[in-house]
Formats: sequence, C-alpha cells, structure tokens
Amino acid sequence: MSVDQKMDAGRRQLLLVTSAVGGAGAVAAAVPFVASLTPSERAKAAGAPVEVDISKLQPGQMMTVEWRGKPVWIINRTKEMLDSLKKTDGEVSDPNSDKPMQPAYAKNETRSIKPEILVAVGICTHLGCSPSDKFKTGAESGVSPDWPGGFLCPCHGSTFDLAGRVYKSKPAPDNLEIPPHKYLSDAKILIGEDGKA
Amino acid sequence: MSKNSLSVMDWIDARFPLTSSIKGHLTEYYAPKNFNFWYFFGSLALLVLVIQIVTGIFLVMHYKPDAALNASGVPVAFASVEYIMRDVPGGWIIRYMHSTGASAFFIVVYLHMFRGLIYGSYRKPRELIWIFGTLIFLALMAEAFMGYLLPWGQMSFWGAQVIVNLFSAIPVIGPDLSVVIRGDFVVSDATLNRFFSFHVIAVPLILIGLVAAHIVALHEVGSNNPDGVEIKKKKDAKGRPLDGIPFHPYYTVKDIVGVVGFLFVFSFIVFFAPEGGGYFLEFNNFIPADPLKTPPHIAPVWYFTPFYSILRAVTYPLFGIDAKFWGVVAMGAAVVIIAFLPWLDRSPVKSIRYKGGLYKAILVVFIISFFILGYLGVLPPTPGRTLVSQICSVIYFAFFLLMPVFSKLDKTKPVPERVT
Repeated sequence: MSVDQKMDAGRRQLLLVTSAVGGAGAVAAAVPFVASLTPSERAKAAGAPVEVDISKLQPGQMMTVEWRGKPVWIINRTKEMLDSLKKTDGEVSDPNSDKPMQPAYAKNETRSIKPEILVAVGICTHLGCSPSDKFKTGAESGVSPDWPGGFLCPCHGSTFDLAGRVYKSKPAPDNLEIPPHKYLSDAKILIGEDGKA
Repeated sequence: MSKNSLSVMDWIDARFPLTSSIKGHLTEYYAPKNFNFWYFFGSLALLVLVIQIVTGIFLVMHYKPDAALNASGVPVAFASVEYIMRDVPGGWIIRYMHSTGASAFFIVVYLHMFRGLIYGSYRKPRELIWIFGTLIFLALMAEAFMGYLLPWGQMSFWGAQVIVNLFSAIPVIGPDLSVVIRGDFVVSDATLNRFFSFHVIAVPLILIGLVAAHIVALHEVGSNNPDGVEIKKKKDAKGRPLDGIPFHPYYTVKDIVGVVGFLFVFSFIVFFAPEGGGYFLEFNNFIPADPLKTPPHIAPVWYFTPFYSILRAVTYPLFGIDAKFWGVVAMGAAVVIIAFLPWLDRSPVKSIRYKGGLYKAILVVFIISFFILGYLGVLPPTPGRTLVSQICSVIYFAFFLLMPVFSKLDKTKPVPERVT
C-alpha cells in the first residue's frame, strides 16, 4: 500500500461533488415526509361556516356550537352583564381590543356586532382549554368575592370578563378570539364567514 | 460440558463476540461490592421497559387509533379500549399492567435519578451516562404523553390540547409548529394516529437505543457506589478491582430479590388499585373526548405535575414576550438543567456520605420543594397556591444554579481510600 502520499485533487473533488449531490437528494427525500405531517386537504376543507339559530336564546343564556372543531359560544347578555364591562375596563389587559383578536366590526366596547350578543371562540388563548362560564356574581361564583361575572379557565386559572377580555396578570396573553360572523337575519348567525374577506 | 458444546461455542465465538460479551458485561464485569437498596432501580427500570414493550405489543393487536364516532356515538379509539377491558380475554390485565407500568416506570426512574443525585453518580467520568439518562427521561416523558392520548378520553384530549399548544408559544414559528405536530388545526384524528405511530414505533426505538448507550457507557467506566470511591484505583495482581465483585452471579441474584419485591407491589396495584386513586388513571379519562367541553378540573398525570407546576408558576411577561412562552421555557429548562449537573457540582467529594451539613440541608429543601410542586400540579390554581409554586420553582432552579457555589462552600468529610 505504498502509494504516493500526495492528495489526488481530482478524486477529492469527485468525493465532494458526490457528497453534495447525495446530501441534496437526502434533503429532497425528506420533503414528502415533512409534508405528510401538515394538515391534509381534507382537514383544510373542514372549515365550512356554521349557521346558528339564536331565536330561543334568552337573555343571560349561552349556547355552544362547533366550528372547525372548536367550541364557539353565543351569549345573550343582559343589561347588568353589559354594565359590568364598564367596571372591568380597568382590570383587563387589553380593554380596547387593540390586539387583532377580532374582526374590525367587533373592535368595540362589547366586542360584538349587536351589543347584547357575544360570539366568541371558547378556547383560552393560553393553552387551548375551554373556559367554564361563571355568570353568577360575587362570592357565589366561587371565583372571588367581587367577581362581576365572566369565564374561568379550569386549566391555569385565566379569567375573562363577559366580553371575553382577559384579566391582567393571568397566564392567557390575549382576549378570546371573536370569529368572523354575520347576521343572516335577526335570529340567524353565520359563523366562519362575514362576506368581508 | 461436553466437547461438542464447547466446539459450538467456539464456532459462534469465531463469528460473534458471545463469550467475550458475557464476560465483559456479566461474569467479569466488576461492580462495587457495597451496592445498597438504591441500586435496585436501574435493573427495575429495565424490567418495566420489558413489561411495557410486551404488554404494548399485545394491546396494539386490539386497539384502534380512530377518533371517528361509532354507531353508538362513542369514538372508536375509546370504544376499543373498553373492548380490550371487557371483551378481550385477559385484555383487562394486560391493559392494567401497561397503565400501571407507566406510573411504575416513573416511580422507578425518579428513584434511580435520586440515587444518582445523592451518590454523585453523574460526576466525572460518568457525565455521558448521566446525559444519556436525561435523554431517556425526556424520551420517557414524550412516550408517556403520547400514550396518554390513545384512550381518547377527556383527559387524553385536553391534556394533548394543552401540551401541543405549549409549542405555539414559541415566537414566530410556534403557531405553524403546533399545526404540524397536530396535523390539523385542532387535536383530531390526525393527531391521534401520529401519536399512536410515535408511541408504538418511533419513541420506543429511540428509548431502546438510549438505554443501550446508557449501559454501554456505564460498563465502559464502571459503576459508582454509595461511597463515591473509584474501585478501579485499587486492583489485585490480576487487574481486578479489590472492591469489585462480578455482576453475575452476585448482582443478578441480588437484583432478583429486587424484582420479586417490585412485582409484589406492582401486582398488588394491578389487581387491587389499578386506577391508583385517580392518579394512575384519571377518572375524567373514563369519559370519551369532547372537543367542546373541558373538564372542570384538568391536571396531568402525577409524574408530570412538578414540571407542570413550574409552567403554571410563570405569570409575568418578559422582554415583550408572553408569560406563556416563558412558562414553557421554564418547564423545558427544568428538565434540561438536570443534564448539566456534572458541571454544576464542584464538591471535592461525590457521595452524600462525605458531604457536609450545608449540602444536605439544601438537598432536603430541594426535595421538599419538588414534592410541593408535584402536589400543587394536581390541584386547581389559586393565587396563594401560585405564590407557593413560584417560591418552589425558584428553589428548584436555585438548587442547580447555585450548586457551583454551595458545593464548594460545603464542609466535606475525608473520603476513605476504599469502599466501606
């Protein structure tokens, strides 16, 4: 094996080129595997809008419907509930809904199209649990003695007011998401489509 | 032994290192003679791994990873677990062995890690063993987490929802990353199927590889012992450590005693308390997954709760990034920091036996905080509990980060030349 110790530049170049081409091939081969992890066409197509009849929803009541696999709440707020929003203004972290958690038409004091009807995605912006409704006020709610009514996430204790605005110093960073929605008539809401996008 | 069987061994040995492997890892692997009770847990972890693999193979024969609703309106995956429990002959015991095995795995591994911690088994030259061990712990957490989704109960679903959403807290790439993990915009059938694949194929392969590396590295440098003295320093004329005894038969026999004791307890739980009071199998998981309703109180299984408490303890945003992200960072760091122990401990002695009062006191505080974090992790949060978990989280990290200081200040005792 006593061959010339000098490096064969031509062979080294061939080695480098074949390694580079082989490496590129390996990366290219990884593409379909990574792609297979992303949502399938069927999953992407499952986002159809949902039509909801709210004619039977009495003041103070709440209903839950499924949209894109998530719970969407529709709450018919009473006058007292709406009044509580003024009191919570100072206690929530984003009182004017400055963060884009809602369509432009819901960027208002009640975070809704009609003041009394709140449509919100019932998924906590912290880690995705569905908060429970705590509509009873005060100590009876089991939340705090001066609780004005709202939502409590059972997972990490984030609290939201009756417009889905998150209280300060809670794990959840943002207000509850308001989905795109529009009224087809007084009693019918279409969730997932607002004709604006 | 007949001439024939000898020649069979010769035939194999010329083609495969059988005799030399048996010698190197068993009959001529010299382990310190002073192993105590704490040294059972390594071999027990291996036993539980075997239990999990064998029971797992049989469970997969009947389990169906399918989130679609069956004719009775129950998710197929959930129904198939109930089918295993009620209709498959012997299915209930295989499933209970597997679910109890998960908790047993963590009990044994936590005790195994504690052993390493108190006897300084992570110190030079055993750093790589310790790092492989930390990786095994991480892989085990991934394995347990993904396995917990498979019964498709309420805790399965919402637990996965919370943990996958942890990744969405990472700035910029987070939201897309969580979609890629789920394979959907919500935890769904796609998530269930890929978790099944990871749980039964990918992670077990990684686990077995890491366990092999852990043991190979251990047998390269030799075991530590309760005195933290290197037995290889004192050898006899034949080069065998004076304080070493062959692993087989001495420790194989001793470990069998440990196995018998373990199986007593394990069988008792499998037969009489497989739910472990709601800690091994959570009661909410006997309700099929409902994507519209989170159970009023969700908590992870007990073995995750110390780290879950650390996650919940972070409630302040920092550098303009959400508290959520820092909670995730803290939880990840709490696991990863364990790997750095070999470089954090600057004590001149390895074993707790020769460490001073300062180190022992700090260790006790650390262990107590770890238990408090674990306990708080199963409870719903209140402002008072959050404060306690914040204090305990600080203690947890301080134990590691201040170790370079207090391990040096500590007044140690002289270490004997040979094991006692």
